[in-house]
Amino acid sequence: MTAPLLELRHLRTRFRTDRGDLDAVRDVSFTLRAGETLGLVGESGSGKSVTGFSIMGLIDPPGRIVGGEILFRGHDLTKLDEESLRRLRGNRIAMVFQDPMMTLNPVLRISTQMIETIRAHESIDEASARVRARDALGAMGIPSPEARLDAYPHQLSGGMRQRVAIAIALINKPDLVIADEPTTALDVSIQAQILAEVQQLTREAGTALLWITHDLSVIAGIADEIAVMYAGRIVEQGGVDAVLDRPSHPYTAGLIGSLPGASAPGSMLVQIPGTTPDMVDPPQGCAFGPRCARRAEDCARQPGFTEGAHRLRCFHPLSGPASPAEVAA
Amino acid sequence: MTTKPTTTAPALETRNVSRRFGRAEGLAVRLHLARRRPVIHALDGIDLTIPTGEFVGLVGESGSGKSTLGRIAAGLLSPSDGAVSVFGRDPQGDRSVHRDVQLIFQDPQASLNPRMRVASAIGEAPLVHGIVGRAELDDYVCAQMRRAGLDPAYRQRFPHQFSGGQRQRISIARALAMQPRFLVCDESVASLDVSIQAQILNLFMQLRRDLDLTYLFISHDLRVVQHVADRVVIMYLGRIVEDAPARQFFAHPNHPYTQGLLAEIPDLKQRRRVYAPVKGEIPSPAAPPPGCHFHPRCPVAFDRCRIERPALREIAPGHRSACHLNDAPEGERRAPTGEIA
Repeated sequence: MTAPLLELRHLRTRFRTDRGDLDAVRDVSFTLRAGETLGLVGESGSGKSVTGFSIMGLIDPPGRIVGGEILFRGHDLTKLDEESLRRLRGNRIAMVFQDPMMTLNPVLRISTQMIETIRAHESIDEASARVRARDALGAMGIPSPEARLDAYPHQLSGGMRQRVAIAIALINKPDLVIADEPTTALDVSIQAQILAEVQQLTREAGTALLWITHDLSVIAGIADEIAVMYAGRIVEQGGVDAVLDRPSHPYTAGLIGSLPGASAPGSMLVQIPGTTPDMVDPPQGCAFGPRCARRAEDCARQPGFTEGAHRLRCFHPLSGPASPAEVAA
Repeated sequence: MTTKPTTTAPALETRNVSRRFGRAEGLAVRLHLARRRPVIHALDGIDLTIPTGEFVGLVGESGSGKSTLGRIAAGLLSPSDGAVSVFGRDPQGDRSVHRDVQLIFQDPQASLNPRMRVASAIGEAPLVHGIVGRAELDDYVCAQMRRAGLDPAYRQRFPHQFSGGQRQRISIARALAMQPRFLVCDESVASLDVSIQAQILNLFMQLRRDLDLTYLFISHDLRVVQHVADRVVIMYLGRIVEDAPARQFFAHPNHPYTQGLLAEIPDLKQRRRVYAPVKGEIPSPAAPPPGCHFHPRCPVAFDRCRIERPALREIAPGHRSACHLNDAPEGERRAPTGEIA
């Protein structure tokens, strides 16, 4: 088995608010190997995007990583200086955002932005960089890439812009791509096109993919492994089949049940009562406790994360063929 | 499903309704100081009837005209051509229709006045319309909030003090306060988290049972529509391409565009799938392709599709589709569920 490309150990990321400190990510650990796709799933405020931003070193002060390690090829990214991080970003690690305009500069031509991305990390003449940029657009299924190179972002449709943003992310053949809801704002037919192209490109290059989304159905189609986040922690993680077919955490089961399509048309959908917790003042113990039907007295303590292929943070998991959870407090 | 035919007129009836935007030309254009803006054909000859009590899911991608149709149904826009009737009345001529139709938008943040307390947001319209007197107003507002799953104790709060899901409940309570018979929901669950989306969808289904409402439910999400709708209408670039009872629609989609859309829905049960999506971009509604709007992306298009607009016609009871292939002799027609080349 290959050494992990990326390993998070007990990551904790804190923001300051008027009402006090807010730990958006409270204790996240996972590993990702080359060529693997991990789906990081959660609802608003679960900390999934902040996890991605933390890996990229994009947490703006006064927000900061206050605990844990982010090991990329064995080096702790949280200890790197800004210059070393810059050399990694856009080169070995790249990110795709929900809004392609987070990547694209509206006043620069596509060619300028792509050539700059290549030449920031490699000494190569402009003409060769342009050829590579054109080929990258072509590989993302963009028609007449030569002409598109001279376009400005506003001259492209939303789907095209996202393709360009993904082409830029992939252009230096990164080892790791972090994709934060890259298809959420797109139409269904365009979403499918982009999923198909990202899948093919990462598979060919052996790129590891961290796909952050709220949409379990999208992740079902592309991920090898799924991690479900709730209130800043991963509550369940395992192979895509194990987690989706035999969810053990009540929250995961609730999420799956609340998807239209999981139950008969016209029937009432499974409802998780209540709302996600206030992260300035999260519940003691299991954060999902107040919304959980299986809550018991011991849930006032924080459940640990089990070891093994199908990991769980719950004292009272749903029974199933999944490995029984021996949870340490 | 539970369509109850009544003696009353249908909730919505549109006959050959079209809507264009950008036709009016200002002085700057006439003096050649500005470029002529292209005319957008948002709707192009829409024939649609929604009987009272039916839950219709209207599905389309960007530029399909689904929101424009919703606004016309709610009387917020007038058609450029064609006739619209809501419960047998013309929404442009007879303003009394507006009490019967309420619109619920995608973003409750944008559709609620941030400086208005929830009690006023919900109570103002019924008070103005004389549905409720000032003396009973407070009780009335509480009842609306309770029905939408909100705690009436919070009625003196402002919208920003609520979560996204609760704000959508406020918009629903506000719509219900007018005692409508017809709800037009424009992407009303699109911006909500799945667990909250489930709560709101359940509320819509519950209200339908309790109040006998008719729904025009506009969405880009076929999974949501499959769950709640009796009938599915698919639009593409301003035209209806298919219209069928939900069960029939998902079992036997007829139009190549519809078949492509259904094949692309992300599905929880499909793992490590290989996507084979419909190719190409959605063309601009300012310059739609001639003939069938879908032909440049259609895997089975032939010469006629490039010239002649296919008529939306019935291919099975209650099932309409706009595709020239349905005119082909039986033997040459592809199987309805066949592989898209």
